Amino acid sequence: MKIGLFIPCYVDAIYPEVGVATYKLLKHLGLDVTYPLNQTCCGQPMANAGFESMAETIATKLDDTFAEFDYVVAPSASCAAFVKINYPHLLKGKHECTTSKKIMDVIEFLHDVLKVKALPGKFPYTVSIHNSCHGVRELGLSSPSERNIPKYSKIKNLLSLVDGITIKEPERPDECCGFGGMFSVEEPEVSVQMGTDKLERHIATGAQYITGPDSSCMMHMQGIAKRLGKKIEFIHAVQILSAGL
Amino acid sequence: MSTQHTKAAKRFLHNADKAKWHDATFWSVRAKRDTMAMSLEEWEELRETASRIKKHTITHMDKYLEMFANNAEKNGTIVHWAKDADEFNDIVLKILRDHNVRKMVKSKSMLTEECEMNPYLEKHGIEVVETDLGERILQLMESKPSHIVMPAIHITQEEVGQLFEEKLDSEKDNYDPTYLTYCARMSLRNEFIESQAGMTGANFGIAETGEVVVCTNEGNADMSVAIPKLHIAAIGLEKVIPDYQSLSIFQRLLARSATGQPTTTYTSHFGKARPGAEMHIILVDNGRSSIIADSEHWETLKCMRCGACMNTCPVYRRSGGYSYTYFIPGPIGINLGMLRDKYKYTDNVSACSLCCSCDNVCPVKVNLSEQIYLWRQNLDSLGKADPMKKTMSRGMKTLFGHPALYNMALKFAPIANHAPRPALYNSLNAWGKGREMPKFAKESFQTMWKKGKIK
Repeated sequence: MKIGLFIPCYVDAIYPEVGVATYKLLKHLGLDVTYPLNQTCCGQPMANAGFESMAETIATKLDDTFAEFDYVVAPSASCAAFVKINYPHLLKGKHECTTSKKIMDVIEFLHDVLKVKALPGKFPYTVSIHNSCHGVRELGLSSPSERNIPKYSKIKNLLSLVDGITIKEPERPDECCGFGGMFSVEEPEVSVQMGTDKLERHIATGAQYITGPDSSCMMHMQGIAKRLGKKIEFIHAVQILSAGL
Repeated sequence: MSTQHTKAAKRFLHNADKAKWHDATFWSVRAKRDTMAMSLEEWEELRETASRIKKHTITHMDKYLEMFANNAEKNGTIVHWAKDADEFNDIVLKILRDHNVRKMVKSKSMLTEECEMNPYLEKHGIEVVETDLGERILQLMESKPSHIVMPAIHITQEEVGQLFEEKLDSEKDNYDPTYLTYCARMSLRNEFIESQAGMTGANFGIAETGEVVVCTNEGNADMSVAIPKLHIAAIGLEKVIPDYQSLSIFQRLLARSATGQPTTTYTSHFGKARPGAEMHIILVDNGRSSIIADSEHWETLKCMRCGACMNTCPVYRRSGGYSYTYFIPGPIGINLGMLRDKYKYTDNVSACSLCCSCDNVCPVKVNLSEQIYLWRQNLDSLGKADPMKKTMSRGMKTLFGHPALYNMALKFAPIANHAPRPALYNSLNAWGKGREMPKFAKESFQTMWKKGKIK
C-alpha cells in the first residue's frame, strides 16, 4: 500500500509541524509513505470564491502528482473534501480524475482504513474538539448535529486512544466558525462574529487546547484569540495522535 | 470587496446586544427543530421520501396541475392561471372588482409578497388587511418580513406596544404580550366582519382532491375564509402534490422543521365554497416552469418554505433578514433571488460560508449550499464578480500553478512576519479587522523535506 502525502499550501507554509506529525505517525504505523514534490494547493480557495475554472490546471497537476499512489492522505479535512467531492465535477470531460477516489483526510484514514486501536503517546490536557463543517458534513468524520442518525465521532474515537487526554465538545458542537476561505475576507464582520462566538464556546468547556482536523478553521480562531488576548492553545488533532513520536 | 449583504451585516452587528439576541432566538428554534427531528425514528426516511415525492411531482408537473385544476373545478371552485406577477395581480383585482370588494382580509402568503400584490391592490383602491399577527404588525409599521415563517420576530414587545398605542388605541406603556395580542385580536375581529373577501396562500394543493391546505397557528386563514363570502387562494405551481398520502409525509415534516412543533395548531383543508359563497384558486407560475428545465437549480422547486435553512444558517442568524436584498433571506432566499433575477440579486451570494448545515436540516433535501457554490461560479460571466476576489484568485492560480514560484514565495514569506503593524493592519486588510495574521513558518514542510529534515 503506497501512501502519498498531500500537504496543502497553508499547512506547508504556516503549519509544517502538522505535516511532520502526519508523516511521523504514518511511518510509526509501518506504512510506505512518501511526499511527492511540486505539490501546492487543491484549488479550493479560488473555487469557493467563484473562480472554479482557475483551479482546473492545479487540479489536473495534483491528480497527476498522485497518480502512482494507492491512497492520498492529507491532514486537512476541507482540502480532502474538496478534492473528493468537487474534482470529478471540476475536471469532467477534461481529465480523468483518480485522486478523488483515493484521497482521505488523515483522521478518516487512521480510523477507517488502518483501524488504529492503540497509540503510543500521552497528552495530559483537556481539549475541545472543533468539528469543522467539511469534516462533519462532507467527509462524515462525525454525525452532523442536524441529522437523526446514530451518534459517532471518529476524532473522539481516535483521541481517546491517547493516554491522559480529557475530551470536551463545545455547546453547538458543529456550528461553523466562520472561516469559509474567502468568505472570511469578503464578509469579515460576520466571519469574525462567528469565530468569536465559536471561540467563546470552546473556552467555556474549560479546555486548554482547541483541536480538530482543519488548521484553516483554527488559523481563523487563533487570529481572533490573539487579537482578543484569549489564553487558549490550538493544535491539530494529528499532532495529539502522534504525541511522543 | 463588499456586497450589499456585507455592508448591511456590518450595520446589523453594530448593535451587539440585539445581534446576540437574534442569534440566540433563531438558534433556539433550530434546537426545537432538532428535538422534534430526533424524536421521530423515521425522520431521515421521511426527508428522503418527501424529496422523492417532490422530484416526482415536479417532473410530472403538467399531469398533476391538470388533475388539481380539474378536481378543483369539480368541487365548484373557479380556477385561474397566472403566468407572472402582473397577471396574478390583475386576476385578483378583477375578481375583487366583480364582487364590489372594498376590503380584503388575508392570511400570510409569500407568493403575494413575491408578486407585490398588496401595493398593487391598494393603488387600485382596495384595502388589504394582513391577519397573521406578525404580518399585521409589519403592515401597521409599513415594514417588510425579515423571515418567512416568523416575519416580525425581530421586533420587540416594546416596539409592538408603542405601535399599537398609536394605531390601535392600546393602553399606554402596556407591553404585556397577552394584552397586546388581545388588542390585535379585537381589532382584527372587526376587519374580518367588515371585509367582503378573504385571501389565503396555500402550503399544499392536493391534486387528487382539488383542495388547498393551509397551516397556521392563529386560525386566521380560517377566519379569513369563514366570514367573507369570497375566498381567493393564491398558490405557486410547485405547491401541488399528488394526494393525501403524500400530504401525510409533508405534514409531519413542515411544522417540525419550521418551528419545532409537532404540527401547526390549524391544518385547514379548503375543498369547496360553502353555500352562497365562492372559491377561487389562482395558480401562479411567475418563473417556476422555467426553473424545471434548469439542471443546476431545479431543486429549489422542492422547497416548502419552512424556513429551517434560515434558522440554522450561522450567517442569517448573525446578519438578520433585512441584510439580504431579496425579500426571502437565508440560503433558500439567496437561491430564489438569483432565479428571480440573476443580475439584480447577486449581492446575497456572498452570505454563505459553505458550512452545509442548511442541506442537512432541509426537510425536502434541497442542495442549498451546492447551488450557492454554483451561482458563485456564474458571477464572473454575469459581470458581477468581485474584482479583488478575482485578482486574488488569479494570483493564486499563478502561484499554485508554478511550483518553483510557489517555493520561492514560501522562502520569502517569513519576512512578512516582521513587517511593521501599519503595513500589515490597515483598511486594505479585511482579515486584520478582527484577527491577527498567522505567522509563516521559518521553513515550509517542502523545504524541510528537501533538506532531509523530516524522518
